[in-house]
Amino acid sequence: MSRHRIVRTMDYNDEYDGYDDIYGHSVEDEHCISPTDAQQWLYDRARGQQSISAFISKNKDIQEEEDDEDEDEDAAFAKARRDSESFQMPQLDEIEQAKLSSCVDEVRSVVGDAVSERRIVETSMKFDYDMQKILDEILNEETKKSAKPAVNKMKAPAAPVLPKTVSKTVPTPPPKISLKEPRRGFEIPSPKVPSSPVVSGRNTPVDISAGDDISRSSASVFKVSKEQAVRNARQLYEKERADQKSHIHMIVIGHVDAGKSTLMGHLLYDTGNVSQRVMHKHEQESKKLGKQSFMYAWVLDETGEERARGITMDVGQSRIETKTKIVTLLDAPGHKDFIPNMISGATQADVALLVVDATRGEFESGFELGGQTREHAILVRSLGVNQLGVVINKLDTVGWSQDRFTEIVTKLKSFLKLAGFKESDVSFTPCSGLTGENLTKKAQEPALTSWYSGRHLLDVIENFKIPERAIDRPLRMSVSDIYKGTGSGFCISGRVETGVLCLNDKVLVGASREQAQVKSLTMDEFPQTCVFAGDQVSVTLPALDINNVTVGCIISDPQTPIPVTTRFQARIIVFNVKVPITMGFPVLLHHQSLIEPAVVCKLTALIHKSTGEVVKKKPRCLGNNSCALVELETSRPICIERYADFKELGRVMLRVAGVTIAAGMVTKIR
Amino acid sequence: MKLLGKYVDKGMQGNVTLMPEESEDMWHAYNLIAKGDSVRSTTIRKVQNETATGSSTSSRVRTTLTIAVESIDFDTQACVLRLKGRNIEENQYVKMGAYHTLDLELNRKFELRKPEWDTIALERIEMACDPTQSADVAAVVMQEGLAHVCLITASMTLVRSKIEVSIPRKRKGSVQQHEKGLAKFYEQVMQSILRHVNFDVVKCVLIASPGFVRDQFYDYMFQQAVKMDYKLLLDNKSKFMLVHASSGFKHSLREILQDPAVLAKMSDTKAAGEVKALEQFYMMLQCEPAKAFYGKKHVLQASESQAIETLLISDNLFRCQDVGLRKEYVNLVESVRDAGGEVKIFSSMHISGEQLAQLTGIAALLRFPMPELEDSDDDDDEDGAAGGADSDSD
Repeated sequence: MSRHRIVRTMDYNDEYDGYDDIYGHSVEDEHCISPTDAQQWLYDRARGQQSISAFISKNKDIQEEEDDEDEDEDAAFAKARRDSESFQMPQLDEIEQAKLSSCVDEVRSVVGDAVSERRIVETSMKFDYDMQKILDEILNEETKKSAKPAVNKMKAPAAPVLPKTVSKTVPTPPPKISLKEPRRGFEIPSPKVPSSPVVSGRNTPVDISAGDDISRSSASVFKVSKEQAVRNARQLYEKERADQKSHIHMIVIGHVDAGKSTLMGHLLYDTGNVSQRVMHKHEQESKKLGKQSFMYAWVLDETGEERARGITMDVGQSRIETKTKIVTLLDAPGHKDFIPNMISGATQADVALLVVDATRGEFESGFELGGQTREHAILVRSLGVNQLGVVINKLDTVGWSQDRFTEIVTKLKSFLKLAGFKESDVSFTPCSGLTGENLTKKAQEPALTSWYSGRHLLDVIENFKIPERAIDRPLRMSVSDIYKGTGSGFCISGRVETGVLCLNDKVLVGASREQAQVKSLTMDEFPQTCVFAGDQVSVTLPALDINNVTVGCIISDPQTPIPVTTRFQARIIVFNVKVPITMGFPVLLHHQSLIEPAVVCKLTALIHKSTGEVVKKKPRCLGNNSCALVELETSRPICIERYADFKELGRVMLRVAGVTIAAGMVTKIR
Repeated sequence: MKLLGKYVDKGMQGNVTLMPEESEDMWHAYNLIAKGDSVRSTTIRKVQNETATGSSTSSRVRTTLTIAVESIDFDTQACVLRLKGRNIEENQYVKMGAYHTLDLELNRKFELRKPEWDTIALERIEMACDPTQSADVAAVVMQEGLAHVCLITASMTLVRSKIEVSIPRKRKGSVQQHEKGLAKFYEQVMQSILRHVNFDVVKCVLIASPGFVRDQFYDYMFQQAVKMDYKLLLDNKSKFMLVHASSGFKHSLREILQDPAVLAKMSDTKAAGEVKALEQFYMMLQCEPAKAFYGKKHVLQASESQAIETLLISDNLFRCQDVGLRKEYVNLVESVRDAGGEVKIFSSMHISGEQLAQLTGIAALLRFPMPELEDSDDDDDEDGAAGGADSDSD
């Protein structure tokens, strides 16, 4: 190289300019370094391997250990580290040395790298290189260590999930959390149940060890904050809601044109929830279209399509306040084609209001086979609604006739009894949605008062019992709507089925179990810090992929995530079907707001309706009004719970070609 | 499909030369060709040459190869059939026994040789070559937020695109979001129709939905078509037809194909015929359970006593790898025919065929009730389950 350069005339300063910042020099080239310092940077294979393997074995324990093991775990860990890092072979003569090294090799081949060299050497010397004894000793030690977490696992299911409020009697039965259920679909390394204090059965987890515990559970896949992990739901509920009226969700159901929307619209107007001005606008506009009778319905039917056609298509929502309650009204569509919407509304409801048309011929057409009065009533009952208020509407068209009223009442009474409603939970009220008679005030009409002196509609609503809320259970929230919020990101609205949800809580969303943090919580447009089971809320979850959230998915607690599956067993009751259900029958599965195509892939057994005995194994087909165990398979994984664990999330509906063919309860999840 | 030459001797051995002309013919070819057959077709092969000095060159040559088929792959979406097997006729480029994968191409003839031609296979050729069978219909099944754009041909139902949009619900005081979401959804469905429906071939486009979604969509589509000047849509406006369906999921196609208005327009296509036959089976199961049976064991027993009036069988049973099993099914079909019964071979690509495949793939309507079959239920448990598993694996 230098041959080609003019060395003599070279400017050395120039040439050496970049010399100092040349790359690839090690530190010691320029600075002196002491051997001890150097050791810090040097990699010693023998040493490094062991410390890593020791760490791995310890790491397994981290998720599962209980806090009282804390100290000795730490000590053991420290010892293991010391062992592997600064262990030197004892001084021995050659024969001993050879025996020892062969012995160590033998042991290593059995136990692997998990045991430190020091331990092996010590044990070998203790037992005078007798392989059998050494192995016994070492392995015994190891199993003792792993036995602890194993015991832990066994304990987990026995402990009720949230027994922190022992003083309160929890109405729901203690959940049986099945430990390892084989399931298809996603197998996600869920955090071990006992890792959080919530489920470890402690009441006041504010000591240091609890803090430790949380830091450890943070090593697991789904982290939660300390507050979220140790929250006392019942106390929180009492603190937040003590001074508030209790919430109740009421769905209004009935045949097409029974006057559901008009009744609700009028009720809203009479209770002062719709301003005079708005009502006047509706009146004018509906008059223009020549449909003045729809003016009250327009309060809830807001889309152009609904108004133009004069029918409700999707569930309309609004709320009224009574003396003791805040009632969320869900106005369901009555048309046959919109039953899926009605089902998604009914899954959110606690009580139902069945509206029937008293006009001659109208009641009959709605009540006969194929009418929605029947189907709706059966549907809400199968969805877990057990209090029903029956409103005999449009009684003014038959001149407030008592005969007509009693005729309808007797017909409905026998039917509702068959559908499974208790007589004490059903009430009958005559009224007129359009004129507003007997809605919020006692009846004025002389024709009515002559024979009726019972309660008015608002009073009936007032008298509904509040169902017990499962606040102490792990969080489950079903998503019924996704929309663009006012701020950033998008809003998810739905009903909290069980548990508590607070601001900044971490949650898992849907079947993909994506993790997200609650950014804001609103209920009826008011921001909240905490919401409880039974509430209808909107949640903002930033940084969540919108494609992972679909209507019908479930938001759950990271500590006890909801099972995800594609195949499950259900006990179904078959309604009136045109064709029998066989293997391979394609159905639409309705679960909360979710609608998913599914296939009946196995008919396991035909069951006796009342006794629950197996009548016939593997029947060929299921006919009318039979009860059976079947297996259902969905094409995509869905979130579902067993009925025994979560009543609210263990109910399913099967529909085919616009007809509800069966209702069921999930008995087993694969 | 065009039949160019056929030579089948008395021992039912022989060869047939066919030319696929449209993508559906690939489906027929897929059902014809079985493991162990030999196929001769022109193909492109990469050939490596080594010169005397040791340097090698590779070139692609078009050559005609004959392979003994070992595995068959069919891509339902692209309608491409790939056959893998060993070369059994040596030529200058390819050695005996060398592996090659044949891609059957449209408008290129291929020769198929079978050790034994059975009636099912010969029928399949006849059916494939029948030009009157082809009736293309496009169907859009939709509900708010979900739509499937499907093509229904004589023997296949292809889902061309699935559109899933989450539409915000109506909520107090803001219906704009709902309406905006709906418009976006309709736009996507319309684009998908423009992209996937070939109006030269398709006779009619069915738009099916619950409620008023179809009317709304129809209005939206033609408003847009006028606005944006989509000639294609405007010219074919008469081909659109609005039908009721209970949901936007794929299996509501079954309801659509039962609609009398649709049947009138589509005349008697295979898809509609299959739906009808399966419906009949279910009706019979409801009214007279002793006259309707499914599952291999029951049907075979019924066939033994010559009781079968109509046999419904899914074509995926004939596609099984086991030659003996296929023969069993072929014999069943033949014996039913001999006894004067009717045999309906369902295409597993149709919606009703899918359902039949789930229902063990085989079902029969009987001439007379055979309650004794029903009583012998308990011991055939494994059989039913095995049948189910079979069809699953397909």
